[in-house]
Amino acid sequence: MNTYWRTFKVAAWLGWEMDSNWTEPWLFVIYSIVKPVAGAFILVLMYVVFVAIGRPQGDQAIFSYLYIGNSFFIFVASVLFGTFQVIQSDREWYQTIRYVYISPISYYVYILGRAASKIAVATFAVAITLLFGVFFLGVEIHLRWEAIPMFLAATALGLSVLLAIGICLGGISFLTAKHTHGLAEGIPGIFYVFCGVLFPLSVLPAWGRAVGQGIPLTYWFDITRRLLAPSLNVDSTLVGYDDLTILALLVVSSIAFFALSVAIFKAGEYFARKAGKIDMTTSY
Amino acid sequence: MKPATVRRTDFRYRLGLNLRAVVGRSYPRIIGANREPSWIFFEAFLPLLGIAAYVFIYQSFGTRTIAAIVADGSLTQAQRDAAIAGARLWVNALVATVVLGGTMVAFWLNVLWSMASQLYWEKEIGNLQLYMMAPMNRMALLGGMAVGGMFMTSVRALSTLAAGVIVFGVVFQVADPLVLIAVFFVTLVALYGMGMMFASLYLLWGREAWNLSALMEEPIFFSSGMYFPVGGLFKIPGWGPAVALAGSLVPATLGLDALRQLTLGPASNSAILPLAPVSTELAVLLALAVVFLVLARYSLAYLEILAKREGKLTSRHQ
Repeated sequence: MNTYWRTFKVAAWLGWEMDSNWTEPWLFVIYSIVKPVAGAFILVLMYVVFVAIGRPQGDQAIFSYLYIGNSFFIFVASVLFGTFQVIQSDREWYQTIRYVYISPISYYVYILGRAASKIAVATFAVAITLLFGVFFLGVEIHLRWEAIPMFLAATALGLSVLLAIGICLGGISFLTAKHTHGLAEGIPGIFYVFCGVLFPLSVLPAWGRAVGQGIPLTYWFDITRRLLAPSLNVDSTLVGYDDLTILALLVVSSIAFFALSVAIFKAGEYFARKAGKIDMTTSY
Repeated sequence: MKPATVRRTDFRYRLGLNLRAVVGRSYPRIIGANREPSWIFFEAFLPLLGIAAYVFIYQSFGTRTIAAIVADGSLTQAQRDAAIAGARLWVNALVATVVLGGTMVAFWLNVLWSMASQLYWEKEIGNLQLYMMAPMNRMALLGGMAVGGMFMTSVRALSTLAAGVIVFGVVFQVADPLVLIAVFFVTLVALYGMGMMFASLYLLWGREAWNLSALMEEPIFFSSGMYFPVGGLFKIPGWGPAVALAGSLVPATLGLDALRQLTLGPASNSAILPLAPVSTELAVLLALAVVFLVLARYSLAYLEILAKREGKLTSRHQ
């Protein structure tokens, strides 16, 4: 356990240095804020255009729905990218994977550590985006004191599921060419469409709703939104589930995805070693 | 017979040499990349999902609006039908806006990650010194990267367009195909000219380059109106028009605005909020193309001299 913790700590420090030491701290802070806020502004403008040409009286409930979903989606993009890009960046960019891989550490824990700095930055970005929405865009957030423990538990469970999914992708990327950007854009795209992040699942066709209801992140977004904005009048199609049931679902999902991530990671590692792909480079 | 060491400067030889360099540098992107079939999945299919999310947002706006129209008891049946038809028209226009924006996003990402960052990436993996020693013009090298990149990205752009028509049922009305083709290609030349200019600047900025490319994703998607009509920025008093004008320096902004006007017809103008007439936008895009190509030529020459002088041409991870 001591080795795992030491690996995690050093990998987290390394990840932080790699993410942030290319510039001054103040510039890094601006960089960390500008991207997610600009992403949120795309949605703001979509809503502005909708109000301007389609519905002059506006629809604040749907705007708050999509804004909160988009803010928490920052976690999805950052945590997934933070985990699965480790193998490809060490392999293709820094070409250091062979040295890290043969060192006496758990490579799985090393990846978790490298992702930790991305989670820290994402937490900051989510907070800034939400505060901006509340103070400047009229987003309806009313988090009650008694709901805070459940909110924190749901967030921790959601992040665990995300980390496990990221490790699954990392296991696959042992065997693939340099697809970091395709994966970074595409896999979160699946969750963007099917997890009710920006629009209620009811907009999707029946098969799409079924896919969405099979992904644990859908329940994470729903409970987060229920706790942060309980008065939103938007049908998420999950009204049949109470908060505790959703929390229990997230606990079970976290355990299941952790087991799956270990299995896929080990399989990817095994086949990559067998095919001699652990330190391959693909320089198109 | 001339000795092999004599430098040939005649035009025909230089032209042939540079054309071979263009073909040689575009080859790995057109042929080489296609030997890795998984690219198709990662480059063509997965990005469609992100675009689909934006399409569904507009569809959910439309669904709620139509539900409100149906529930409005003050409307007569004729008024209700007209309002619903109007809502369907603007939903189609906005979904088409997203689909066209999605195709342009593909080219912009290619410009950022496979043009602007490419020379820095080549330095990291040790190819840059080989390029610098080769006798061709550096612009031929960048030109080859651009041609290959355009071809590679066209797969993704075409799949986005096809998905828009087949899956989302977008209706396009092209009245003037020749102008459409002209706008599209001038936009691409200007966009890749900008990428060629960035390529040499990134060589100077070193490790910051990667982060700069990452920083030019969402903010440019926003200021260029990739997923909404850029004219929407004029609905926000104060900073909105300033952002739209600043965003117009990126050729994708005006190119997209013109493409939307040319493919959706005048009936949708109230929904796509055009910035300027197509002819004006085409003229500005032509000017941008010339300016960026000239700037790329000079910045490349300057940065090459600077990098050689400071001895940084081959130093990695800086």
